[in-house]
Amino acid sequence: MKTAVIVFPGSNCDRDLAVALEQVTGTRPQMVWHAETSLPDGVGLVAVPGGFSYGDYLRSGAIAARSPVMRAVVDAAEKGLPVLGVCNGFQVLTEAGLLPGALIRNAGLNFVCRDVPLTVENAQSAFTSRYRIGETIMVPVAHHDGNYVADAETLARLEGEGRVAFRYAAPVNGSANDIAGLLNDAGNVLGMMPHPERRIESAHGGDDGRRLFEGLLEAVG
Amino acid sequence: MRLRIVVTLKPGVLDPQGRAIHHALGSLGFDGVTDVRAGKLFELEVADGTDDATVDRMCRELLANTVIENYRIERA
Repeated sequence: MKTAVIVFPGSNCDRDLAVALEQVTGTRPQMVWHAETSLPDGVGLVAVPGGFSYGDYLRSGAIAARSPVMRAVVDAAEKGLPVLGVCNGFQVLTEAGLLPGALIRNAGLNFVCRDVPLTVENAQSAFTSRYRIGETIMVPVAHHDGNYVADAETLARLEGEGRVAFRYAAPVNGSANDIAGLLNDAGNVLGMMPHPERRIESAHGGDDGRRLFEGLLEAVG
Repeated sequence: MRLRIVVTLKPGVLDPQGRAIHHALGSLGFDGVTDVRAGKLFELEVADGTDDATVDRMCRELLANTVIENYRIERA
């Protein structure tokens, strides 16, 4: 599977994502600078990494979401290309309108940086097929703006459609319904605050994140 | 032509910054403050004759995230 990792000024998890993707797929991802206006041919997955794109100016992810490359990412996502957004990448995907809701300052005001248990809520998607529904996995978080908000109607729809992929097993940041990861309506876009790419081998303290990439490889081929 | 765009959090959206400012005002002895909401102010210098619809699009497409924020346009 050919993959692409988007790189914005201020991205800092792009290398981690690239390492995880290379380890699992055996192919080095193409790093795509934010000023590009198109994606490389033949990619089966686009990953939007964590970090502090554009210094979190205006709102986390807001400027990145309007960068030239994101127009190409939105177009591709709407045609069904799998897109994974991690941490700042999740914020970028909400700001770009690929996922509903918004991510605001953590309820406790603090930057949260630790391993957290997640409950797998949807094991049907291309991202989560290697997990079991109801399974608890450990994945690290590192964010200041991970508090997911959406109006009551949107939350009810997301829950009703099974679009919550991962939920914090215990409250972490004040997120509505403890939402940690969210799918779009077609199931080809996943945004999540926790970092699966930081949990792919025993040296990381566990490999619960690895199956996300393995599932994608299996689904995309 | 100068425009001022005031962006505020919608009612009910958690405002930890406002809460911290509120707390700090209390620490300074200002006891009569019952609530603080923090917002953003943008001052835009735009071409004369820029129409309302264009300014409104600037707000909706970038300056405000209407999931969590309201905006108000003030013409100087």
